[in-house]
Amino acid sequence: MQLVLKAWFIFQKDLKQEFKTRYSINAILLFAIVTLVTVSFSIGTFAASAEIKSSLLWIILFFAAMSGLAHIFVREEEKHTADTLKLVAQPMSIFLGKFLFNFILLIVLEIITLPLFFAVMNFSVEGVTVLLSVLLIGSIGLSAGATMIAAIIAKASAKGALFTVLSFPILLPVLIAGISGTKIAVYESTFKAAGAELQMLFAYAVVVITAALLLFDFVWKE
Amino acid sequence: MTKIWQFALFLWLTVVIILAFLWAPLAEGLGEYTRIIYFHVPAAWLTVLSFLLGAIYSIIYIKKREIKFDLYAESASQIGLVFCLLATVTGSIWAKVSWGSFWNWDPRETSIFILLLIYAAYFALRSAIEQEERKAALAAVYSLFAFVSVPFFVFIVPRIYSSLHPDPIVNPEGRINMDSKMLTTFISSLFGFTLFFIWIFKRKIDLIGLKLNLKKMEL
Repeated sequence: MQLVLKAWFIFQKDLKQEFKTRYSINAILLFAIVTLVTVSFSIGTFAASAEIKSSLLWIILFFAAMSGLAHIFVREEEKHTADTLKLVAQPMSIFLGKFLFNFILLIVLEIITLPLFFAVMNFSVEGVTVLLSVLLIGSIGLSAGATMIAAIIAKASAKGALFTVLSFPILLPVLIAGISGTKIAVYESTFKAAGAELQMLFAYAVVVITAALLLFDFVWKE
Repeated sequence: MTKIWQFALFLWLTVVIILAFLWAPLAEGLGEYTRIIYFHVPAAWLTVLSFLLGAIYSIIYIKKREIKFDLYAESASQIGLVFCLLATVTGSIWAKVSWGSFWNWDPRETSIFILLLIYAAYFALRSAIEQEERKAALAAVYSLFAFVSVPFFVFIVPRIYSSLHPDPIVNPEGRINMDSKMLTTFISSLFGFTLFFIWIFKRKIDLIGLKLNLKKMEL
């Protein structure tokens, strides 16, 4: 219980810090909007098929995540608060707190970007609940993996490029299942249709969170 | 003694190559390109073996914290990277001949490419950290973290999405039986290359041992 409580405190601390500076949310949101605008602009008046639009949605989300989800640990290193954090809580609490923050950040991003995407790209889906479930479960896996990799690269040099390079192979199952699930949501409105994708996303999220909880100790402790 | 084994291995692989090019029969449709199987599948097998070995040594390093295990993991990954490149290229050639295009994002093709990216990312991570213990610990964690996501590609994704790849575990030809000559050549090639891998890896381990001894003497 102590563990979860501490994790909640760390999450709140990061949330408050974020409200003060709005650094991460600005970066991630602007990146997503710029990418969306670029995509829409470059397609122009041509009609892109629903399949392509599904892929583009996930590309935008993935790269926005790559630009914004590493801040949570990099900021600790830059402000030299990492050592204090090590004294305050166990590694598991730290991971859970940071993971929750990244997850909420990603959800906020999606809440803002998704309607924009629908509007700008003229994207319509039959199964809105299917799409939302795919995005929700996919975001859990995406943020868990990204949080772990962020912790790994926080102490390395060339953090930005390294973050994307390291994350891509790990997060690819989310992209595969997410894009496929989104394509299915365009045509079908039942959960059964996207059943395989949802199961895979859920399984992936469970596996990644478990692996991260087991391995985070070794990343965090000197 | 080791010289004899070395020579025996050399002879074995030479015979395998001769068998592959002169003795084994050709499959219908593929013609001379059939011969790729004898090199593509062992390369893919070795890259997976190296990956597994890298993960095992990463676990051992995390438990024991002796730098040599991290260096063993690095060596395994180096060998794995080379074989992964070979597997990707030979697979791509085979794809061009069999299905018309060099790359299709078929699940198996994707998984070998992902493995290539994981290896490359592993080395990118290693080169970005200066301090030896940090480098070893973080590389080990990444190696293990990557290892858990690989089953998704190898086992789950091909089950969900239809694949161009013929059943890769039992027979690369998509037929139930492989001609006995082909089978002989194939198994010999697999066996020979595995021994080749063991030989190279052992050489690397010896080299690491020497380097560490030298370091100790310098201190």
